[in-house]
Amino acid sequence: MFDTLMILSLTILTVAILLNLFRLVRGPSNADRVQALDAIGINLISGIAIFSVFLHTHAFFELILLIGILSFIGTIAFARFIERGYAIERKR
Amino acid sequence: MKPNDVILHTVTKLASVIIFAFSIHLFMAGHHQPGGGFIGGLTTTAGIILLFLAFDIETIRKNLPIDYKMLAALGVLISVLTGVGGLVLGEAFLEQMFDYIDVPLFGNVELATAVLFDIGVAFAVIGTSVSIILSISEDDL
Repeated sequence: MFDTLMILSLTILTVAILLNLFRLVRGPSNADRVQALDAIGINLISGIAIFSVFLHTHAFFELILLIGILSFIGTIAFARFIERGYAIERKR
Repeated sequence: MKPNDVILHTVTKLASVIIFAFSIHLFMAGHHQPGGGFIGGLTTTAGIILLFLAFDIETIRKNLPIDYKMLAALGVLISVLTGVGGLVLGEAFLEQMFDYIDVPLFGNVELATAVLFDIGVAFAVIGTSVSIILSISEDDL
């Protein structure tokens, strides 16, 4: 019963990732694509959490925080690139 | 007009501490749990890149005066020297040993020489990746 519920929620997360992928491909502006990438990262985090409960292991818990950090940094880099045209500036 | 990024600076000051602490945890957990020198070095690189993104290169260079090419060379040197250390004691190259030592305040701790090799790997990864990213980003301004 519980395994069925977890597989159902993984399926729903897959559908959410696919809808985000549609926004990633069809997004009119670049900001839409960056937002879709950020949402895909968050969906991946929850998918990994459910999958580690499904496998009865806690070996993937570091991965959750790691994907959160990398998604945050990537979104900030893309946002600065869209706003100003460069990511790292030499002198403020 | 000067852009105002107070929110980004505040979040970076808070989040970089958490990222560095998490990278130290990943580095230390590598002997018994997932983690190790490579991913610990990459997470430290992520924190440094977040600092470079939020502030500028001159400020971070002034407050964090590290020559990253020298850091990569130092890491490779440490890794080679741990291998030579096994050679000096009459064992094979890269022979590692461990012992259980009573450390005050921590109790019985397993100290292994594989941690020194991992420190070298982490330094090499940090130096290589940060110097690659800085040398890519520098020439366009």
